Amino acid sequence: MPTAKRPVPHLPPFQRFLDAHRDDVLRYLIASLGRDDADDAFQETFIAALRAYPRLLPDSNLRGWVLTIAHRKALDVHRARGRNPIAVAQIGERADGATARAADADGPDHWERVRVLPARQREVLTLRYGADLTHAEIALALGCSEEAARRAAADGLKTLREELRDVPATA
Amino acid sequence: MSLPPPELRPGEAAVLAARTAARAADDGIAPIAYARVDSPVGSLVAVATARGLARIAYELENGGLDSILDDVALKLSPAIVEAPARLDPVRRELEEYFEGRRQGFDVALDWGLTTPGFRRRVLQECAQIPFGATSTYKQMAVAAGSPAAFRAAGGALGANPIPIVVPCHRVLASSGGLGGYTGGLERKRLLLSIEGGMLAV
Repeated sequence: MPTAKRPVPHLPPFQRFLDAHRDDVLRYLIASLGRDDADDAFQETFIAALRAYPRLLPDSNLRGWVLTIAHRKALDVHRARGRNPIAVAQIGERADGATARAADADGPDHWERVRVLPARQREVLTLRYGADLTHAEIALALGCSEEAARRAAADGLKTLREELRDVPATA
Repeated sequence: MSLPPPELRPGEAAVLAARTAARAADDGIAPIAYARVDSPVGSLVAVATARGLARIAYELENGGLDSILDDVALKLSPAIVEAPARLDPVRRELEEYFEGRRQGFDVALDWGLTTPGFRRRVLQECAQIPFGATSTYKQMAVAAGSPAAFRAAGGALGANPIPIVVPCHRVLASSGGLGGYTGGLERKRLLLSIEGGMLAV
């Protein structure tokens, strides 16, 4: 069968899209949720993306699009945790650094502190530094203004810096 | 203050991606699955829809995997995932064929990548040529209902999206010459020799 080179813009086969963005999506979800919940959210993200994929415009910003889906899936998990008092207790333990759980074998990191920031600050910092989205892309994903995204990022970083000052330098 | 992104473990994302692709294929969320299949005639790419096998491509002769899948995405749907398990029956039948243990293919076919009308009829007639037999472009044109259109029959067979399984290698020139082949004449000779070496060339 001849494989004519057509100039018609078309979406890449989904598998190529999945391979191109799998690392970014997983990094973002680990930043936002931790490793335990990232696996499921990863599958949910790409399954949801696949369902909508054939209707996308060929020149869409695919990276921004899939990370926006990942953001929504992460939000679902955070909301479920908010309804689940046991999960909240676990987050509290991790936040003060007193308890190292088996799931955190990689050691506590700055993303654990990000996860317990106020929701908007957490969202902006994970999208900005976990997914490397621009403030403009973040504003689109969150449905807020670019300025609001910028401000939330600055506030989040300020909180983290202050926390860092209060933590003894033994860790 | 810097916030470096989380570090991934080696292969971590690839494993999750493969699991996601397999689930998408199993649950029917991805209508199209593909797999690479090694064979004595080189690396093949097999593509299946819910209806059946739609494409077998000689990987090198068709510009590589990307080019082959781009073509399928354009003509059928971009919702394509790599799901080797979905192509297991095809892989098994091809193995048996190349080992000389199978003379016909039982997997269902999807004719969606063929052009409806005369060209599709030619390929469907071709699929009836039994193992070990040969036919001619002229006979294919007659069987498809347009005796004068033997050149067009040759064109349809040359664009066969499912070679080997739809045995266009069994169609020769009326002069007794080998004719052409989508995978190159070397492969045509090899396939015919597998089927009994009844070629006089």
